[in-house]
Amino acid sequence: MRLRSGFGLLALAAAALAVAFLVLPVVAIFADVSPGRLLDALGEESAREALWLSLRTTVIAMVLVVAVGAPAAYLLALKRFRGRSLVLAAIELPLVLPPAVAGIALLAALGPDGILGGALAGAGLELVFQTAGVVVALVFVSAPFFLRQAIAAFAALDPRLLEAARTLGAGPFRAFATVAVPSARPGLAAGLALAWGRALGEFGATLLFAGSLEGVTQTAPLAIFSAFNRPGGFTSALALSAVLIVLAATILVGVKLLGADRAVEAPPQVR
Amino acid sequence: MRRGLAAVAVSLLLAGCGGSGAGEPTLTVLGASSLTEALGRYGESFPGAKVRSSFAGSDQLAAQIEQGARADVFASADTAYPAQLHRERLVGKPVVFARNRLLVVTPPHGTVESLADLTEPGTRIVIGDPSVPVGAYTREVLGRLPASEQAAILDNVRSEEPEVTAVLAKVAGGAADAGFVYATDARTVAGQVRTVPLPPRLQPDVAYAAAVVSGSSEEEDAQRYLEGLLHGAGGADLREAGFLPPR
Repeated sequence: MRLRSGFGLLALAAAALAVAFLVLPVVAIFADVSPGRLLDALGEESAREALWLSLRTTVIAMVLVVAVGAPAAYLLALKRFRGRSLVLAAIELPLVLPPAVAGIALLAALGPDGILGGALAGAGLELVFQTAGVVVALVFVSAPFFLRQAIAAFAALDPRLLEAARTLGAGPFRAFATVAVPSARPGLAAGLALAWGRALGEFGATLLFAGSLEGVTQTAPLAIFSAFNRPGGFTSALALSAVLIVLAATILVGVKLLGADRAVEAPPQVR
Repeated sequence: MRRGLAAVAVSLLLAGCGGSGAGEPTLTVLGASSLTEALGRYGESFPGAKVRSSFAGSDQLAAQIEQGARADVFASADTAYPAQLHRERLVGKPVVFARNRLLVVTPPHGTVESLADLTEPGTRIVIGDPSVPVGAYTREVLGRLPASEQAAILDNVRSEEPEVTAVLAKVAGGAADAGFVYATDARTVAGQVRTVPLPPRLQPDVAYAAAVVSGSSEEEDAQRYLEGLLHGAGGADLREAGFLPPR
């Protein structure tokens, strides 16, 4: 595109506007918080507890999402069956659900009065007001981000690669674990990064389904909301927000690097 | 074509800003969650101005005013936040316009039938966050109990909710066995919850104060709105919703 043309200039302005609009609020958070205040915020017991809870619950959620999601995505990517597109649409549905709706839906399904509430209680499993409930909410809202990317990544694999693996005697699991997963790694990592970011930011579904209690269900976003609600708590909220941004950015970049790392290596050897 | 697009963009922006146009002024009221029904009704029939009400926890509204939110009236579920904002010169002199009572709500078929049941281990209790008035009142009530009972109840607290309506929803939805809310909240979901009254010796003084926000562009209407809460249609709407007179 020629930048001198009328449209070129317009597109340039649009791009500048888009970048400025998206970056400004994030920059403003750091502009408003001095590094010393940031450290003070980390010194607050409740802030540390919230961050630690966020880290713990999102890691558990991501392990579950990947452990169940990767094989599921593999199957959905390679198998053609009736109603497949319906299934694909269904698992993406949580993507477009407002978080509050997700929380209500979880209550209706897994709450004490929910469809499976009796069965869960019978099994001695309590989710509402429990850390386990936070994990359930995180998995529900973040899994579709991983599944989408994983399905696309597996579907883009060269079928001959998997065929070759099987001809050479690899069982279905070995083909999946040693050929498909390493080859699809960049896509899987991108999906994991998105899902993790979404889980870290989860607010509405957690509040409605799991509640908010320090050390048990009050994750970092809930602690930020609680701090913001205290008059005079704006600085605390800002500082904790800044820490969460750094954490999310680190995870995003780290996970992406993890995926890219392998991608530049030689393609997997099938012997 | 380009000019057309620009015009569309500008008009979209303006529409987003909610300019009410000429004619009736718009009064923005920030009200405590527990006032949702009463002030909602009052606002709908308020003469001479279009009332736009936003309801949330009083602490959250106070924080918004501190952050410079443009509003005309602040109606809080306590007297502390309006007084604090008044000291910071962010609102005018607050007036107490209503009172309320605290009570315990339980699901219709729940296990909690008395205050003593709240100390039973395993009872799932939901209260307000310490910074929201209903949470502060609840802690006041618990503070008047013997230390062992207070500890047992606090041990059973499973969630600290950002506003009273959230406490109510957790109980009405069956997620919690009991919650501390205002008497007026319980009325809004009559049939979905049972109520356990508090004995007078435990009852906190729940007073609602309102003030005109400093720098309000509709100060006269805002003042008229406060007047109505005290002596006019607003007072009647409050009474109908179960609020007590300011005395």
